[in-house]
Amino acid sequence: MSKKQRNNLIRIIVAALCLIALHWVHADVRVMFVLYMVPYLIVGYDILRKAGKGIVNRQPLDENLLMSLATVGAIALALYKTGDFTEAVAVMLFYQVGELFQSYAVGKSRSNIGELMDIRPDYANLEGEDGIEKVDPDEVEIRTVIVVQPGEKIPIDGIVVEGSASLDTSALTGESVPRTVHTGDEVISGCINTNGVLRIRTTREFDESTASKILDLVENASSRKSRSENFISRFARVYTPVVVISAILLAILPPLIRMSALGVVAEWGVWIYRALTFLVISCPCALVISIPLSFFAGIGGASRAGILVKGSNFLEDLSKVKTVVMDKTGTLTQGVFEVTSIEPAEGAGFDAAELLHLAAHAERHSSHPIAQALRKAFGKEQDGCTVEEVEEIAGHGIRAKVDGKTVWVGNEKIVRLAGVDLAGADSAETAAEGNLLQDGAAVIYMVVDGRYAGRIRISDVIKPTSAQAIRQMREAGVSEIVMLTGDGKQAAEAVGQELGIRKIYSELLPADKVDKVEELLQECEDENDRRRARLAFAGDGINDAPVLSRADIGIAMGALGSDAAIEAADVVLMDDDPVQIAKAIRISRKCMRIVYENIWFSIGVKVLCLLLCAIGLVGMWAAIFADVGVMVLAVLNAIRTLFAGSSC
Amino acid sequence: MKKTYKIYVDCANCANKMEVAANKTEGVKEASVNFMTLKMKVEFEEGVEPQEVMKEVLKNCKKVEDDCEIYYE
Repeated sequence: MSKKQRNNLIRIIVAALCLIALHWVHADVRVMFVLYMVPYLIVGYDILRKAGKGIVNRQPLDENLLMSLATVGAIALALYKTGDFTEAVAVMLFYQVGELFQSYAVGKSRSNIGELMDIRPDYANLEGEDGIEKVDPDEVEIRTVIVVQPGEKIPIDGIVVEGSASLDTSALTGESVPRTVHTGDEVISGCINTNGVLRIRTTREFDESTASKILDLVENASSRKSRSENFISRFARVYTPVVVISAILLAILPPLIRMSALGVVAEWGVWIYRALTFLVISCPCALVISIPLSFFAGIGGASRAGILVKGSNFLEDLSKVKTVVMDKTGTLTQGVFEVTSIEPAEGAGFDAAELLHLAAHAERHSSHPIAQALRKAFGKEQDGCTVEEVEEIAGHGIRAKVDGKTVWVGNEKIVRLAGVDLAGADSAETAAEGNLLQDGAAVIYMVVDGRYAGRIRISDVIKPTSAQAIRQMREAGVSEIVMLTGDGKQAAEAVGQELGIRKIYSELLPADKVDKVEELLQECEDENDRRRARLAFAGDGINDAPVLSRADIGIAMGALGSDAAIEAADVVLMDDDPVQIAKAIRISRKCMRIVYENIWFSIGVKVLCLLLCAIGLVGMWAAIFADVGVMVLAVLNAIRTLFAGSSC
Repeated sequence: MKKTYKIYVDCANCANKMEVAANKTEGVKEASVNFMTLKMKVEFEEGVEPQEVMKEVLKNCKKVEDDCEIYYE
């Protein structure tokens, strides 16, 4: 609690005690007036002053003026008619309770989000002549060597020049598995060094470092207002004057009608009282505070889960996503070649391990990605085996002597070159299927000592979580999932089939991807822009910046450290796990659900109270309870979005 | 030139009022107030002295909401 909040709390308590004590005091109405003025002024002097200032500065109606009008009116009524001052004081008291709660809740969630986003490094360690010196990270220049000790945050992006450690990246990515770094690895600011001392040569300035950029992004996110927020500010602008005019009409019209048309007693007091109650109810605080708070908390909660949403408007759009277009390479697949299967030929006398062994050796000196994949799959390539007479045959593959055996490794053409009839050696489909596929997948054929020995399939591996991600997206309400790829049709369809994606566009150039997204956007068209289903595009941020910006929502994956992607996208996933896309959609849905709950609940209760008040069923007491109560509930509801990241 | 200032204000509506007041101040091209992060972003006109302008901004803000503060020094 801040000092001001504590002061307000004391004022409220003192005023409440006075009010209770005055319950037992009975005196002349003028004496009572003076006595009741004590708690009234204690608790409400600032409201009255603000209202006065508002009039002097010709500010439009605000809640201070409304509360002042209502309470002063109620006091005047008490003075001349009822003699009951409790109501006016209590209304002011409850109003202040509401204000206090609101300011406390907002402050609390502000610091909560601050804690969630606690990645701002406070200092950097420079190595001086007499030990380590702590400096402001702002002062560290590029290419300076800094020291990060166990338990400290890495303050600035850089490259490890000495030491190794495991880093806790959870504040950035939401990923709890630590990442191990060694000399030569790039590290990003905001990670926590859990063990080991690291010496890092900085590659960026503090302002340009990942942690600073992320914080900037999240803090600016709530400035981009969503349609719901704009609706609320428009609503508040119209609503307050409408209610005030209705209040005036309510005070004047019915008594006049009663007098002139019906010929009964005017009952001015009753109608003025109802009009004042109207004013009490009219304050739109619950909406004005809870909607931005929901978005703010939602964005904060999402960033905790490694999902950076660049604005409330994108969070709102994300909840309306019906079509998700995904890039294949790097998004659904790893984008790295790996050996996926080894099929030794029957009767050739080699098992899978032996085949891989020979292939890896033959490719010992090649830097081709396929050779790298083979060596990686084999692992211990530098054993004692002899590799001689290596000859690269362009367009075909490699021939080499491994431990005295002549090994041919390459595409199907090399089999023919080796003088072996492939169709005879294996089933017929092999020849048809073979060849180096245009895309991520390839089949490697091997001939050993003049005999066909088998084949090794190498492809771009589907991420282990891709299938789950597609399933979760469907469950979250995405009706159409489309895969775009520059790869060949066959490989694209194989991936599509495995993941359950039916709509696939393959062999696309980067420019074609934009056209396809345009086409798909047309399908989403709806006359009513608010109802229109949204299209999201998810890519790894490499080469797809135009598509990211053309889609309603561009989602960049695995963007940690990639500036271009962070720049172009609307939603940035720190991780490259596609499941995060589904999670982002779920968080946005939950956030929007809470926003709508609050809108309908607050407006509903207000309208109901206004109606009940107009026909005299609700007094000022109930009005203030409704007002403060709705606000408290709406704020508590809004705070739930803060935890959307962990529960979705 | 763009600058970001820390502010103090108590209610969301008051923050909106500050935004309007800041935008009306001479020398301010565009100002936006973020209540949730308690920050004011001001884009200044060419060739003005930010400190001088901010003094006026604060004065105008105080007019609409006296319970506010802009930490521009």
